[in-house]
Amino acid sequence: MPPNAPRSRTALFVTCLNDTLFPGTGRAAVTLLRRLGVEVDFPAAQSCCGQMHFNTGYRRETARLARHFVDTFADYEEIVVPSASCAGMPAESYPLAAEAAGDPGLAREVAELAPRVVELTEYLTDRLGVEQVGAYFPHRVTYHPTCHSLRATGLGERPHRLLRAVAGIDYVELPAQEECCGFGGTFSVKNPAVSGAMNGDKARHVLETGASVLAAVDNSCLMNIGGRLTRDGHPVRTLHLVEILARTERDGPLPGLPVVEAVR
Amino acid sequence: MSRSFLGWPAFPQASEREVGNRQLRENVRRATHTIRGKRAVLAAERPDWEQLRDSAAAIKDQVLAGLEEHLLRVEEKVTAAGGTVHWARDAAEANRIVTDLVRATGEREIVKVKSMLTEEIGLDAALEAAGINARETDLAATIVQLGDDLPSHVVVPALHRNRTEIREIFAREMGRHGRPAPEGLTDDPAELAEAARLHLREKFLGAKVAVSGANFVVAETGTLVVVESEGNGRMCLTLADTLISVVGIEKTVPTWQDLEVFLQLLARNATGERMAPYTSTWTGTVDGDGPRDFHLVLVDNGRTRALADPVGRQALRCIRCGACMNTCPVYERTGGHAYGSVYPGPIGAILNPLLKGVDDSQTASLPYASTLCGACNEVCPVRIRFTDVLLDLRAQVADGGQHPVERAALGAVGAVMERPAAWKAAVKGAGLVGPLLPGRTRLPGPLGGWTENRALPDVPRESFRSWWKRNEGERA
Repeated sequence: MPPNAPRSRTALFVTCLNDTLFPGTGRAAVTLLRRLGVEVDFPAAQSCCGQMHFNTGYRRETARLARHFVDTFADYEEIVVPSASCAGMPAESYPLAAEAAGDPGLAREVAELAPRVVELTEYLTDRLGVEQVGAYFPHRVTYHPTCHSLRATGLGERPHRLLRAVAGIDYVELPAQEECCGFGGTFSVKNPAVSGAMNGDKARHVLETGASVLAAVDNSCLMNIGGRLTRDGHPVRTLHLVEILARTERDGPLPGLPVVEAVR
Repeated sequence: MSRSFLGWPAFPQASEREVGNRQLRENVRRATHTIRGKRAVLAAERPDWEQLRDSAAAIKDQVLAGLEEHLLRVEEKVTAAGGTVHWARDAAEANRIVTDLVRATGEREIVKVKSMLTEEIGLDAALEAAGINARETDLAATIVQLGDDLPSHVVVPALHRNRTEIREIFAREMGRHGRPAPEGLTDDPAELAEAARLHLREKFLGAKVAVSGANFVVAETGTLVVVESEGNGRMCLTLADTLISVVGIEKTVPTWQDLEVFLQLLARNATGERMAPYTSTWTGTVDGDGPRDFHLVLVDNGRTRALADPVGRQALRCIRCGACMNTCPVYERTGGHAYGSVYPGPIGAILNPLLKGVDDSQTASLPYASTLCGACNEVCPVRIRFTDVLLDLRAQVADGGQHPVERAALGAVGAVMERPAAWKAAVKGAGLVGPLLPGRTRLPGPLGGWTENRALPDVPRESFRSWWKRNEGERA
């Protein structure tokens, strides 16, 4: 095997946020994918997709991270991402970043690579064709469809179907779920008052469900909503969807959470 | 002096003030949710809704691509029908033209209806300086004017007011500007409407000059179109001797067949009605029927600037239905005033910077007045991709060098992220330092807004990459 050849055809792009702040999401992704027979590789050169740079207006800086992304993942057949907003970057934003940087070579490489970058939920339902992933999670869960997963990635009902198929789960729909949580990356820093007001309403809706876990496919939004819930003293846990899907009956209930009677 | 948005603070400051106003937030939430619901039902009713949106976008793009030709046709047809066409490059020119036209009639009190553009150019103040009192006659615009207030929505300018506040404004102000509100006026909507009817009827019957806007100008016949709910527009358009219509150059549609597409979309998307109660059309002048003198003032005021922007020009497709603001979660919390313009909400966040440029802090703040959630994209009847334009404008702001510290910071972060060894060290550093931060930490400087509303997440000691290396690294 040549020294740089990937060990697997599938790479995990864990995202910089998950790498540093939510490593449990990355571990769960590896666990779940292995259980489903997919051996993933983690190319250690990976860092950040550049979304924060792009969404704040810094396109040439994004192009440098796009170049790094392309170089890191070029040899993989599929790149799985446990974040809808980061997964959308190569297809949606890298072409514009390459254009701003005046780099048609990068634009060509991006066009070749982008179709192979896929958000984890979609990877499960559309590429692997599974909805029943053998998960067990005997807790009350609600789900926030993040704006990117809803409107850019177009995940639609997929995450809901995956959740409903989890054994033992008490899944409740979140009221006004399609409304943004107010995170918006640097929006939360540039417009804290408005962001806080939106987030407060979202947190209130979460509490209305009586769920002990709020799930989503973007930890950035969960960090926002969870930060509000924690500050206000509510014990609702935030978990990336994959952290629910990765748990099996052998793991038992998640410690510290109220267990619901199984409806099976 | 009437109030204006001149010198308005940038969005973060202006919105902070509005967000703190509970009554305002409740008024805006209630109103936007009501219209949102009605719109959704009526849009779903049309099996060809998506095709109508496609057609509308295509027609507008076609107009914008050959705008000069369409405008010359408008001038030719309006002139042939007995009207006079004036061209105004900017606000000052437009105001001067209208003021001179009113002065020539010798009138001191005139009526106005359905024109956001006259608010955009500050016509009222210009007329006031010339000793001319222009009274609004659209109900919501009347509420705004009587309350010495500013519009907060493109379709419902007084959306931020509830009926109790409206009653107070009517009772207090109507008598100072004409017929007073009836004694013992309550906040019953029918009573409020009747009070407005009586107050305004006097204005319609007395006015010799009317100033209007227009929703559309049909180039093939030189016909102007106003779509409204109350009939007050029709009063203005038909009762005055002199009618001056002040219209943005982007309002042109080539033919009546094109107009049909927009008339099917507009009311459904704007107010959740199948058709607007009043659709008025007029072509030049007709002897013995309506105004004897008709002037069309075609205004640029930044529109050709927007047209020159390859990404942003799609904002000129806008037909001012207001659906983007009705669906916007940011607008729902701030109301319209925070945007510092007669055009608030998502359309305001892109149109104002496109019309005026991003050289000042107010317009430069608007492209950031969005979480990029994309809800506006889904309801726009002319398929404006708001998020694409917002992102492009942000790049223009960033390239303009307005945020040097931010650029330096993000540049430094990026430089670390593209170097694997440096990034690995940074991730490790976060795992060492992060767990030491107390849970109630307040972040310094520009990041302080985050911790004002939220707890920081716990920083795990072991990053994903460390875990991977510990478990899988030996296989490398």
